[in-house]
Amino acid sequence: MPAIHSETRFDWSQPVKTGLLGGVAALLLSLIGVIEASHARPVISGIISLGQALLLIVFVLTCVAAIRRAGYARQETSSRGRLLLCGGVAGLMVSVALAALVLIGNVVNLRAVFIKASPELYHLLTLGLDTGGVLALLMSGFLLGIVVGATYLLPARLRRAIAMALGAIPLLAVLYGAFFPGRRFTLPGALALFVVLSAGSYWGGDIRSLVKQRVASLPPAGQRVYKIALWALVALLVLLLPTTGSYPSQMLDLVGLYILMGLGLNIVVGFAGLLDLGYVAFFAIGAYTQAVLTSPEIRWLGEVRLTFWEALPFSVLMATLAGVILGIPVLRMRGDYLAIVTLGFGEIIRIVALSDWLKPYIGGSNGITRIPKPVIGGWELATPGRLYYLIIAGCLLAAVIAARLKHSRLGRAWMAIREDEDVAQAMGIDLVRTKLLAFATGAAFSGLSGAIFAAMITSIYPHSFHLLVSINTLGLIIVGGMGSIPGVILGSLALVGLPEILREFSEYRLLIYGVALVYMMLVRPEGLLPEARRKLELHEAEAAE
Amino acid sequence: MLQRLRRQIPGTVVIMWCIGIAILGIVFWGTVATLRSGKYASAQWVDLFVYGIAQGGIYALIALGYTMVYGVLRMINFAHSEVFMSGPYIGYYVALALDQAGLLNRYPVLGLGIVILVAMTVSTTIAVLLERIAYRPLRRAPRLVPLITAIGASYFLSYAFLGLFGSDLKGYPEIQALKGTWNILGVEVLRPQIVVIVAALVMLAGLYLFVRHTKTGKAMQAVAEDKDCAALMGINVDRIIVITFAIGGALAGAAGVFYALLFKQVKFNMGFFPGIKAFTSAVLGGIGNVTGAMVGGMFLGIAESLFPNLVLDGLGIPAPYQLKDALAFTLLVLVLIFRPTGILGERLAAKKA
Repeated sequence: MPAIHSETRFDWSQPVKTGLLGGVAALLLSLIGVIEASHARPVISGIISLGQALLLIVFVLTCVAAIRRAGYARQETSSRGRLLLCGGVAGLMVSVALAALVLIGNVVNLRAVFIKASPELYHLLTLGLDTGGVLALLMSGFLLGIVVGATYLLPARLRRAIAMALGAIPLLAVLYGAFFPGRRFTLPGALALFVVLSAGSYWGGDIRSLVKQRVASLPPAGQRVYKIALWALVALLVLLLPTTGSYPSQMLDLVGLYILMGLGLNIVVGFAGLLDLGYVAFFAIGAYTQAVLTSPEIRWLGEVRLTFWEALPFSVLMATLAGVILGIPVLRMRGDYLAIVTLGFGEIIRIVALSDWLKPYIGGSNGITRIPKPVIGGWELATPGRLYYLIIAGCLLAAVIAARLKHSRLGRAWMAIREDEDVAQAMGIDLVRTKLLAFATGAAFSGLSGAIFAAMITSIYPHSFHLLVSINTLGLIIVGGMGSIPGVILGSLALVGLPEILREFSEYRLLIYGVALVYMMLVRPEGLLPEARRKLELHEAEAAE
Repeated sequence: MLQRLRRQIPGTVVIMWCIGIAILGIVFWGTVATLRSGKYASAQWVDLFVYGIAQGGIYALIALGYTMVYGVLRMINFAHSEVFMSGPYIGYYVALALDQAGLLNRYPVLGLGIVILVAMTVSTTIAVLLERIAYRPLRRAPRLVPLITAIGASYFLSYAFLGLFGSDLKGYPEIQALKGTWNILGVEVLRPQIVVIVAALVMLAGLYLFVRHTKTGKAMQAVAEDKDCAALMGINVDRIIVITFAIGGALAGAAGVFYALLFKQVKFNMGFFPGIKAFTSAVLGGIGNVTGAMVGGMFLGIAESLFPNLVLDGLGIPAPYQLKDALAFTLLVLVLIFRPTGILGERLAAKKA
């Protein structure tokens, strides 16, 4: 009813409410310390830091939300003024919340309770002008809201291109800084990048469809060449990544190990629908088996020490066995019970590994050290850059196995169980065998990951195998998209790689995980790169309505 | 003949019963060995037992939150452990202020009352907000979805507290009146333990009466039985669900202060173990069953305090107290394998069929 709407007066309560909600979010970010911690990392050298960029994002999102909720018709000239005002009011309210914090903080020492409410934070929030800056803060919030409103009036395609480019620049700046330490974006560089990105995003759809058309018109042999060339390009990029330095390689190694685990858990949770929160247990068993067999510290199995490669099959085998053994008792359980019991298993393994009881065998709280690195033909994979190739090989192997299994008879049986156990059984699927195979396969991948992990860090301690590892793995497959193999890779990059780059965020990593899990479940339960079938299932109800 | 028998008794069942009997045997053997060695005096057993009751009361209070929410929504509120943590955490700052004002030592009952009230309010608020923001939109979603949301909410809350208030242990201020022991029936018992036991029992009794005899309590039972049918009978289901979360939160907040009285400290991740153990208690008693949660909590508290010394010591395991936390998990796994309905869980079992 845009016609009626344009007759009514400006509705103050909605943008004020939305703005205050955004203000609470901004306050939380500030008081938790995210803003100040990320202030040290520049997005554009000397112009804007990541902390400021984050605050800006909160502002923009709040204004957009307020304008969207008000539901102004964009085409109508008569409502344009109100649309701008709506954005301005929302932006102002965010500023008001932050200004209140600064003013209160100047009178009362908030630091006794909120440890991150430091003068530096106030200095940052008031644009470096301290108490006098409160006015500047309020003004800029209002103006920013109006600018957002004005952008909202632009044609949808242009607006989206600008938003994409603006959102991508902080991300690219962070990646650039991580892979090329010491380097950062300059203002002209960032402007050029902005133009290129927004142009690319503006015409991106056209270009893509054009390329698709061209490829489709090629003869079959040409199409194959095109596909191979594309894959070769991707492979080359993946292989060249660790040459940028030792620190990025370390990060990539970790991402790779999580991809391996994610692929395994994806079989258990994504394919078979068995929520396993004790997945770290198999990782631990793989790592400990590797350590016990190869470290010269452990003598109770005899004097002969195996090499990495000789011990690897045993590690995987032990993890697989553990998967079956832990799988048997939980066969009859479903859903949330299964989740809690597997969580219990994971914790039991860690507590037992930590206790003095098994100390003579696996080192107790002292862990096991001096685990040898893998050697291939006299070439020791000593650096993270070299280990990277081993991990990539492992990931590739696991991804191929997972992809082949997914469309096999077994994979279809897993998905049938996920959808409805009773019906699956009625259709002649052997529940015991199918479920145990899911646990065993998942455990094998995790064991492999654990074995490589042990060789990578050369010393393992029980606290490396915390419940958090399970939660991280679960988080990455959920964010990526349950049941989707590319989703696991994207999820690991986003949830393991990114926090590894943003080291100042390490304290907030799990906070971000938590938000990501809740957000994904509320807004996009199928994940970022969803599996086609799952997407259909999750949106079945909406389609029916 | 043998074939018919095999068809009647599946292999997994036989294996599981063998495991069960083996475990009982080990427990029995360990107990006998410990008792025969006479390593501990009877006074020590009494101490452990009383401590177990205090601990059990806390577990029972938290377990009620799990069990009531499970009753009405059929979901495990994984974030309940953070609801439990948040109350005493904010309560700590209030207690600190009261202590500085001298109120906590001059009027200990009033001071402690204020702290408990604040903690209950905070926990209730967080529990209600959780329901509103994270769970309500997902009420019709597949079962795994709200569980994953709950895990996310749990991490969010716990690490938001870390970010806001820091990662250090915060020592609760001492209350002079609660130092030392009182003599109960000839046994010297630490004062905080008595306070915790009495307060927990009063609260448990109050909740029991509330659920059984008030209109709201009966409405809760009706919603737990059948949501749609309850709605047809004129019960506002959304309101009852909010009330359920609120009561669970209030009890958890109180339990948190009791926990802080026993252990004299709070930390952002203090909720995890009590939370998981309270959940175990709820399952032990039969999830969805209010009385069961109380019985299960008491049982787990006592078992956990006696078990390491009573059984593991006899088996010759060094430093058995290190394995204390593993007991709850082991019990949980065993109960779910051998009696998934819990000790008092007949009601739910019948409904599932």
